Amino acid sequence: MKKKSGILSKIYIVLIMIFLYAPIAVLILFSFNNGKTTVWKGFTLKWYEELFKDDNIMNALGNTLIIAVLASIFATILGTAAAIGISNFKGKKRALIQNVSNIPIISPDIVMGVSLMLLFTALGIMFNFEMGFFTVLLSHICFCVPFVVLNVIPRIKRIDRSVYDAALDLGCNQWQAFCKVIIYELMPGIFSGLLMSFTYSLDDFIITYFTRGAKFQNLSIEIYSMTHRRLSPKINALSALLFLAVLIIMIIINLRDRHEEKARSQKI
Amino acid sequence: MEQLSKKTIVSLRDIFIRFDGEVILNHINLDIHEKEFVTILGPSGCGKTTTLRIIGGFVEPESGDVMFDGKRINGTPPNKRNVNTVFQKYSLFPHLNVFDNVAFGLKLKKIPKAEIKEKVTRMLATVDLKGYEKRSVAKLSGGQQQRVAIARALVCDPEIILLDEPLGALDLKLRKSMQLELKEIQQKTQKTFIYVTHDQEEALTMSDRVIVMNNGVIEQIGTPEDIYNEPVNAFVADFIGEANILNGTMIDDCRIKILGKELECVDKGFGKNTPVDVVIRPEDIEITSPADGQFTGIVQKSTFKGVHYEMSVMCDKCEILIHSTKTAEIGSKIGMRVIPFNIQIMNKLLPFYNNILEVQVKYSDEQENYFQFDLEDESITVKDRYYEQGTNLKITLPPDALSLAGDGVGDLKDLYIESVVYKGEHNEIILESDERKWLMLSDTDEQVATYVPLSFDFSKADFEVINPKREG
Amino acid sequence: MKSRKPSIPYIIWMVVFTMIPIIMIGFTAFTDKQGNFSLNAFTKAFFYTNVFVKSLWIALISTAICLLLAYPLAFLITRMKHSSQNTVIMLLMIPMWMNFLLRIYAWVTLLQKNGPIDMALSMLGIHGSYIGNSAAVVLGMVYEYLPFMVLPIYTVMSKIDNGLIEAAQDLGSNNFAVFKKVIAPLSLPGIISGITMVFVPSASTFLVAQYLGGTDDIMIGDVIDKIFWTDQNTGAAISLILMVLIFVFLVIMNLFGDEEAIA
Repeated sequence: MKKKSGILSKIYIVLIMIFLYAPIAVLILFSFNNGKTTVWKGFTLKWYEELFKDDNIMNALGNTLIIAVLASIFATILGTAAAIGISNFKGKKRALIQNVSNIPIISPDIVMGVSLMLLFTALGIMFNFEMGFFTVLLSHICFCVPFVVLNVIPRIKRIDRSVYDAALDLGCNQWQAFCKVIIYELMPGIFSGLLMSFTYSLDDFIITYFTRGAKFQNLSIEIYSMTHRRLSPKINALSALLFLAVLIIMIIINLRDRHEEKARSQKI
Repeated sequence: MEQLSKKTIVSLRDIFIRFDGEVILNHINLDIHEKEFVTILGPSGCGKTTTLRIIGGFVEPESGDVMFDGKRINGTPPNKRNVNTVFQKYSLFPHLNVFDNVAFGLKLKKIPKAEIKEKVTRMLATVDLKGYEKRSVAKLSGGQQQRVAIARALVCDPEIILLDEPLGALDLKLRKSMQLELKEIQQKTQKTFIYVTHDQEEALTMSDRVIVMNNGVIEQIGTPEDIYNEPVNAFVADFIGEANILNGTMIDDCRIKILGKELECVDKGFGKNTPVDVVIRPEDIEITSPADGQFTGIVQKSTFKGVHYEMSVMCDKCEILIHSTKTAEIGSKIGMRVIPFNIQIMNKLLPFYNNILEVQVKYSDEQENYFQFDLEDESITVKDRYYEQGTNLKITLPPDALSLAGDGVGDLKDLYIESVVYKGEHNEIILESDERKWLMLSDTDEQVATYVPLSFDFSKADFEVINPKREG
Repeated sequence: MKSRKPSIPYIIWMVVFTMIPIIMIGFTAFTDKQGNFSLNAFTKAFFYTNVFVKSLWIALISTAICLLLAYPLAFLITRMKHSSQNTVIMLLMIPMWMNFLLRIYAWVTLLQKNGPIDMALSMLGIHGSYIGNSAAVVLGMVYEYLPFMVLPIYTVMSKIDNGLIEAAQDLGSNNFAVFKKVIAPLSLPGIISGITMVFVPSASTFLVAQYLGGTDDIMIGDVIDKIFWTDQNTGAAISLILMVLIFVFLVIMNLFGDEEAIA
């Protein structure tokens, strides 16, 4: 299947790419600028040095990673179990559960943030606690689970029921059949869900902003306060590093997808 | 007599099950003996796979007992039953290689590693897959995957192996060789094999005994020879091998009338002047000169099939199929003979020939000349006929007054096609509605186990007023 | 595998963390500080009508621009070789995974006074202010959400059977006719989900306008942010109205999609 792409279409795609990458390129460029403004004053790595020395930022980075790891793992377990259960519902009940599950995805982040803040404030008064690490973690799990459910359900539909029967037949109880067979069939969906959860958690600002309480800082919050204060080239350095991280993650995902695609085409 | 000495290993007692309100197994009873190769044979939708899944423990019957070595095992989960299954689509575990697939059951039993290795290696040799241990199952051919599936079930050393159309996905040639291989494996391992298929040839080739199922009931159980030579009814005769199935009348013991001729036969006990179905296998008909024949007919078609000729002969209006080493020219007149022993007499599938309804006129219009009655929640209109409202009627509908209607039309909707048997002239179709069965004639072939709408041609019907009622 | 039980924890979770918070928003919106029933919050929310209008207007324009940019892009990507398709899609997604604040901040850097764009244009003798107006806000929105428009349209388009296009060509359609009769109607579901995925966040987001907009470029998200810390009731009322507006929007989009699918 040969497809032609003219020179105009190439130009168009390149222009869009410039639009998408120019701002990031500028940030990265100025992260090496030996000056505080956007006037080029020579090459330096001092902003990276300062970045790593900044305890607030490093602490925030640590919090971000911890929250992302915990939230994505917990959301994956909760969501995978939920997907299995939900797939055994039928008709209206199932539609209802899935619609409620999708609410965090379709409702505006700010409304979700505000509503969770109301909930945690009320619970805080009832059980005498303050918002912080724990409430942020819970909130992140809230918006991560729906993505896991959405990724796992289609996989469950694709499972060959008789593979499960075969496991039972060979002596597994239900739990063993799940651990030894079914989970491998669901793995691509679970992995996508985990990855989406992890990245959404890393990226989130709005919901953290409303549920963090007074003291908890993560990277988004730190960036927010930095950009609100005076512009510091440290942010540029941070952007460059984050971009690098994203790039690496995306390449890994892409390679994995290609590998899987290859495996699939071999099977056929 | 021989079977008395055999030990019964599995019994199904009065098993009944429904899915979504539809009866799948209608009170079936079944005994399976040790070390035998039993095949459950039937068209799709007959309940054969469900029967197998009940034995495997994947489905619980609504009522009835599943007995294993004399003990009731209803409710025992599949993993606690000494039974292993070879599934239709093999159902190998895609994330494991050949060795780990076969070793799966043994590992669960916590058998020492060395022993597992030895058993798996031996089993892979049995199924001709030596040296394939490290292969990914996704990279095996269909036949190889099938053998892995068989090895995986056999290595657990169950008393019974259940096989659910395991050869269905293979091509014809491979299927033939796998049939022999399966039979060989069964004899080598001395296990009980319960095999499900819709392929009658497969069933006849491999089995010690065949169980013919249709429509959730067991039609016949017997050796392949039994069910071929002495089918109990037209369904079995039609399903197993090729057969001429004809309408006949049992004049008296050992006297049968078919195609207008009275013949001698060997069956007794059907009563006098009873309508019956008659089976004559195509190879049992001898071709003679027209003068010597019990019947005569005109040759319509003759095809050479390697060992024999397959001929279609028109005898009156009825088509007769003959397999013979002799042939005759198309268009020529021949005679046909059958010896009494080869005339197999069976009870009709339905005890009636005409469809008889007893109804009450619900509404009628003398001016427009029509009336209506209710039948199974449908209102049915009869045109060009008038009876007073409230009249009780007996309506006799001969089979040719029934016809299948298009979608959305028809007097009755969603009738289940229970069987279609070709009777030389027409297909005799048995339909089942909510409350009764119907016999219909059709010239087209219909798909069994599907749902169709039905319409009535009341101009062919016979009406009789019973217990006339006066108004006022 | 047949059991519904594994979903029980999540169902409880949804009740606690999805249903109850929404009910609490409703409750807070219809009460006053003392918790008595009151419509006061809605009266106050009414003062922000122009902000609602402005937010929806900016979201609408941003969505329209995204659609105009994304549709040809998605189409061009589907005409590429399979491996290049994957690469381009990956390139589209990478900026999406960058922190949302950093992406706006990047535009602040680019557009600010004495920033690269300003300097470059000054050298050409063009002077002007590129930040602090509604256009900059729209630009920020388009930058933030463009991939959300491209991806669903691309997904739907790439599933259009090439045989269908060839059949249309075979039947004598020229390229434009093929596009109009085959590709456009079949890509509609992608357009609808793209519009949804861009419109909802751009109508409700906050900070973009604070960073890139002028003093009168306030979006409803920013209002909720400002008010909520001092007056939860009004904040809840505005949130509720926003939620209802977005819900109505989603329903309309769904109806539109269904009708088109039938026709």
